[in-house]
Amino acid sequence: MEAEGIRRALVRIAHEIVERNRGVGGVALVGIRRRGVPLAQRLARSLFEITGRDVPTGSLDITLYRDDLMRQAVGPQPVLRRTEIPFSIDDRRILLVDDVLYTGRTIRAALDALIDFGRPRSIQLVVMVDRGHRELPIKADYVGRNVPTAARQSVQVKLAEEDGVDEVAIEDVAEEGGSVPAAGGGAP
Amino acid sequence: MTTQAVVLKGGLVVDPAQGINGVADVRIENGRVAAVGAGLPLDGALCVEVPAGFVVCPGFIDMHVHFREPGQEHKETIATGAAAAVAGGFVAAACMPNTDPVNDHVGVTEEIGRRASEAGLARVYPIGAVSVGSQGERMTEIKALREAGCVGISDDGHPVASALLMRRALEYASMFGMPVINHCEEPSLAAGGVVHEGYRATTLGLRGQPGVTESIMVERDVSLSGLTGGPVHVAHMSAGESLRAVRSGKERSIRVTCEVTPHHFILTDEDLQYDTNFKMNPPLRAVADRDAMLEGLADGSIDAIATDHAPHHADEKAVEFDRAPFGIIGLETAVSLSLDRLVHRGVLSTTRLVELYAANPARILGVEGGTLAPGGAADITILAPETEVEVAADRFRSKARNTPFDGWRLRGAVAATIVDGRVVYANDTVPGAAALAWP
Amino acid sequence: MSTALDAPGTAEGERPEPAPRLRSRHLLSVGDLNREEILLILDSAEAMKEVGTRRIKKVPTLRGATVVNLFLEPSTRTRTSFEIAEKRLSADTLNIAGGTSSLLKGETLVDTARTLEAMAPDMVVLRHSASGACHLLAGVCDARVINAGDGMHEHPTQALLDAFTIREHKPRFEGLKVAIVGDLLHSRVLRSNILLLTELGAKVWVCGPRTLMLPGVERFGVRATTSLDDAVADADVVMLLRVQEERMHGHFFPSRREYFTTFGLTAERLRRARPDVIVMHPGPMNRGVEVASDVADGPVSVILEQVANGVAVRMAVLYLLAGFETNEGTA
Repeated sequence: MEAEGIRRALVRIAHEIVERNRGVGGVALVGIRRRGVPLAQRLARSLFEITGRDVPTGSLDITLYRDDLMRQAVGPQPVLRRTEIPFSIDDRRILLVDDVLYTGRTIRAALDALIDFGRPRSIQLVVMVDRGHRELPIKADYVGRNVPTAARQSVQVKLAEEDGVDEVAIEDVAEEGGSVPAAGGGAP
Repeated sequence: MTTQAVVLKGGLVVDPAQGINGVADVRIENGRVAAVGAGLPLDGALCVEVPAGFVVCPGFIDMHVHFREPGQEHKETIATGAAAAVAGGFVAAACMPNTDPVNDHVGVTEEIGRRASEAGLARVYPIGAVSVGSQGERMTEIKALREAGCVGISDDGHPVASALLMRRALEYASMFGMPVINHCEEPSLAAGGVVHEGYRATTLGLRGQPGVTESIMVERDVSLSGLTGGPVHVAHMSAGESLRAVRSGKERSIRVTCEVTPHHFILTDEDLQYDTNFKMNPPLRAVADRDAMLEGLADGSIDAIATDHAPHHADEKAVEFDRAPFGIIGLETAVSLSLDRLVHRGVLSTTRLVELYAANPARILGVEGGTLAPGGAADITILAPETEVEVAADRFRSKARNTPFDGWRLRGAVAATIVDGRVVYANDTVPGAAALAWP
Repeated sequence: MSTALDAPGTAEGERPEPAPRLRSRHLLSVGDLNREEILLILDSAEAMKEVGTRRIKKVPTLRGATVVNLFLEPSTRTRTSFEIAEKRLSADTLNIAGGTSSLLKGETLVDTARTLEAMAPDMVVLRHSASGACHLLAGVCDARVINAGDGMHEHPTQALLDAFTIREHKPRFEGLKVAIVGDLLHSRVLRSNILLLTELGAKVWVCGPRTLMLPGVERFGVRATTSLDDAVADADVVMLLRVQEERMHGHFFPSRREYFTTFGLTAERLRRARPDVIVMHPGPMNRGVEVASDVADGPVSVILEQVANGVAVRMAVLYLLAGFETNEGTA
């Protein structure tokens, strides 16, 4: 999936959002750090182009809500990033945005985090890629593309804002003892 | 009772008092040295071959130890202390009076003598207190202490803070030929300092005390010795300023002598962490002070090496640095440390080392030994200067383990220790030393 | 076993990134931290500060973790700050204070540590009157140890929160002139701050009476002066240290009055500083001794911000140290 595919998927999702919510009144976007954040910002632009209205956009770091922090303490803690939700989420329809939906654990953490910020009217989930293999009962409301994968594969959504390029890459993760992604080095 | 005569054959004999430094034999009869010379005839004596390279010296004397008995036998006893002494190459040790009760009374002195005889290893010379309870107020019965066996007086652990008391003690003790050994530390200036004042103390957040804390009292004592003519001995000297004061006193023929410990001529405050085995009083000083000690050892202005062997129980040391007691043990490491750091590194000669460990301590304390001159007790230390050893605190004869040198590898070992012609220690880790242990 | 993609450092769908980390499982001394580690703590504290602005100021991060606050020397602000930090991270906290606990009567620190171990805490926050006490504790107990002030040695989280506060006001540490004034000799806050601020590139000046100067100060990489005016001149930050009354008994200075007239920071003397100077104090503050009230309460004072930032910085430290195994010896 290349840049054009990602762009078209976002435009389509924007239309679906407007349709399902009958406009964007009371709607707000919250991107999950890191790559959910630029996706949310792009969606906000699309929504503006469609409706002419600004949709409040925030970013959420779910690290403090992860379920594996005290369970398997094995070295470096994930880097904390700032959560910035500069609006009240009370009674809003929150569109939670992430790049890849996999086990569902990130979304579980994000739901917990959002609830701590207030009581939204609803939370809907937007993902660019759904790769299957859910471990929790979570389902996306808007999906850029369903990509069937094997568990040993890795799916990476690359975005110009973070990675300099827009693409969805599917790679076979090397078996034990194999190479790690070049960007790594932080893995324990 | 007559025992089998023995000739120690072929060792390198170093006895500065007789000007001997060469391969020679030593004949021992009835616990005394009968003759020293090259190619002595056996004449019915048992021949004990001294392995090549071993050095035969007059017995080493540690003029500053703490044996903790009576009163603190969980730290050390006279028996374990004496065992540690002979294992460290010492035929004798002078034990400081800060026991519980303080050795300020003939009863304590005599008890120490009895315990030492029972142990039957090293000679133990009691040092009596200067003041009752070492409280710095009332002078002890120095003559009685002398007659009971004390060879010097000291309030070690505490300085004699009162200049007047120090003056009187010097005058009074000199009537009995006893030196006053002072732990020089001006209490008001020490101000609770636990380490040397300087960068390390500051970074560790530990209260420091400068070298002047010591030297100001050394200067006082030199002056008082000059005034009274009584001999003063500076215990465990640590500061360069103190050495200058001693030198200046010696230049004026004042009867001042001094000792330095191995830790003060090897370690410095740069070695400090929060390890309480580096906590002693006086504290480890600056590099310049350590270098001054090495210079003083080399040039003769320092008279003796003493260990200030200060045993403590492991539990007592396993506390916050501020709360830990001062002191480290030294009997079983001193000689190897000295061979490695002083002789092998060219700071001083073996002859000079024997002066520091034998001849001078005997002279300062006025005790027998310090030489292999015929007629004297056969107190002999045999060294294996080339043998490498690793310090292993868990194998010490001492009850205590509080040494900063555990695990150090050193060149130079004690091979055997002989007291009254009897082998009281043979080092089974030194190749060839077992042969020295004749029946 | 989790899959490789669920390993910490990678959220779903994210590739592993070079994760900065603390190298030690304890926080005993700022001297053990390098620049990257300091910045990691400060960056993490920024995220933690946001938690404190929420309606529900609590995250589940340290759920199930037990933190013991072992305060063997009286302290209100540091203990409170740690306690709030722990509670905001959902840790279970246990407070043991010096005077009140039968646990501690006649017991050595090593024995106390062993008793605590039986309760299997994940972390121990120790305040102690003896320098090096935290090192001693870390040597005998499995829990991660955080130094909350040990004797005259260090107070690492105070220095970290000071740096955090400075960073909120100043664009960079490099070249910043920070004047630290007061009882230098006895201050653990000073020692931690010198290490931390010089590591970050600030120019540190220390100022106080000769009697309270640091022995060996020339090796600290700071400028030392007894002139308050020189120290304050063109300063970006003036940090005041508490002067304890009992120091007068050690012949360090004759009176509060003379201290204030020589080293007390007044609005008048502060005029020599840069116009955007900030004034800090680790507290508790002696008004009219270290600082005049109009300065302490004035617009240049960030003293209350320091208190607020303390919670965020301590949350960050707790969070980052939680990433280590309780037992040592793992790769």
